[in-house]
Amino acid sequence: MRVARHQQHWIAFSTIVTREIRRFLRIWAQTLLPPAITMTLYFIIFGNLIGARIGEMGGFSYIEYIAPGIIMMAVINNAYANVASSFFSAKFQNHIEELIVAPVPNYVILAGYVAGGTARGLFVGLIVTLVALFFTQLPVQNLFITFSVVLLSAILFALGGFINAIYARSFDEISIIPTFILTPLTYLGGVFYSISLLPDFWQHVSMLNPVLYMVNAFRYGLLGASDVNLWLAFGIIVLFIAALSWFALHLLDKGTGLRK
Amino acid sequence: MKALSIQQLHKTYKNGFEALNDVNLEVEQGDFFALLGPNGAGKSTTIGIITSLVTKTSGRIQVFDADLDTDRELAKSYIGLVPQEFNFNGFEQVKHILITQAGYYGVPAKEAETHADELLKKLGLWDKRHSSARALSGGMKRRLMIARALVHQPKLLILDEPTAGVDIELRRSMWTFLRDINRQGTTIILTTHYLEEAENLCRNIAIIDKGQIIENTDMKSLLNRLDRETFVLDLKQPLADLSAIADLCCHQIDSTTLEIELCRSESLNSLFNRLSECGIEVASMKNKANRLEELFLTLVESSETQQ
Repeated sequence: MRVARHQQHWIAFSTIVTREIRRFLRIWAQTLLPPAITMTLYFIIFGNLIGARIGEMGGFSYIEYIAPGIIMMAVINNAYANVASSFFSAKFQNHIEELIVAPVPNYVILAGYVAGGTARGLFVGLIVTLVALFFTQLPVQNLFITFSVVLLSAILFALGGFINAIYARSFDEISIIPTFILTPLTYLGGVFYSISLLPDFWQHVSMLNPVLYMVNAFRYGLLGASDVNLWLAFGIIVLFIAALSWFALHLLDKGTGLRK
Repeated sequence: MKALSIQQLHKTYKNGFEALNDVNLEVEQGDFFALLGPNGAGKSTTIGIITSLVTKTSGRIQVFDADLDTDRELAKSYIGLVPQEFNFNGFEQVKHILITQAGYYGVPAKEAETHADELLKKLGLWDKRHSSARALSGGMKRRLMIARALVHQPKLLILDEPTAGVDIELRRSMWTFLRDINRQGTTIILTTHYLEEAENLCRNIAIIDKGQIIENTDMKSLLNRLDRETFVLDLKQPLADLSAIADLCCHQIDSTTLEIELCRSESLNSLFNRLSECGIEVASMKNKANRLEELFLTLVESSETQQ
């Protein structure tokens, strides 16, 4: 052994992260450009054109109110998509075998892919934030809350993308979850409206949606306004991260979708 | 010291197919070892289990001083694998593939770059180091897989049909390269369908069929067991009649080509004397089949008959 085992693990981890970052930067036209364009359209259509007629929401101009949700939506989608597509491609092209035969513990494989997905989520989040600043102001009320919520949310959805990729047997199967679960949860997660506008029953139903907590906690960090309790939001995000990490590691240990 | 020790290895797939049935195998440190067998015999399953790509049903595997069950990381760090199929990311640059692989094994970046550069030069890939892997020719892809397997300087190199689809010139240069790294101390396990390759390179051999080791010995003793060899003779003049050499075990292919089977007890000198007496001049001679190939077929056929 050339270096101590913990150093080997650290080198393996940083190798996976570097490779993941290099990958999404190499294919920037597929990974970084589309969210910038889509979110610009959201700001133009929902923010400027329609938002001007809606007026205020929660004490803020409509475009200001939806900006945090739109940024969070971009972070969530990209963190998820990065890990799902990268890990599934590695399985599909069999180059995941490079990692399986190497002395890399499963927790390092998981951490490396999740860190790569998180990096893309944050990178895209930064791009969308810069786009948002062309349309509205974003007065950061609490930098720590803003950054920690966006970081934890990116980690959570990167984990989700990883689990999806482990189970997926075709490229179709890595688009099913984003299309039928992730997108509805995001759109109904308080990105475009305050749940106080909903009837009581639908308010209670909305409270079961984890994305609502992320969007509102992030909005609290930026604007100081939220429909949910901040500590409950942090608790839910951390709980989901713990549960999905355990489950992803369990699947890796079992070799699900990886070993015959 | 044993580079590899396999004890009572069993593998039954989920569909009930028993791929390995009580495989026991030992490979000495520094050996160049051939693992041969027909398609579906269990070679790739055995290699898959050693390299953690396949989960065993039961049994024990030790790589040098590390048990695969109790110290998997250490055991894995000793092994370099060249798989049968291309399994690198075709979109990545050649040099990145090597440096990334070294990183997985915990090799620090500077050291990884030095090893990668050395291997790229040795294997004739230096000019392609910045190309994406998918742009390489088939032979270059094979060499890239060998470079990738060696970049962390493994003590045990496992090659699963490394020269499949490679032209003869490249195959021979790969043999030279493999002999060199074996001479430098790397233990090599080779599976191949080119039996000439195994005969040329390997000192010891195991033959696996239907999930069981049916032969495990050194190459020399195995080849000594060959009691008959068939030679193809090209004659200088057309031969109209075989009656003069009817007592020889021969068969005429065409007017100027003869096939003669010779027992180990008979010498080539006596054969040539006999042919000269009959006025038959031989222009050239070759073995009908590779010696190991003949033995291999005999052993596999007899194993099938026994079952």
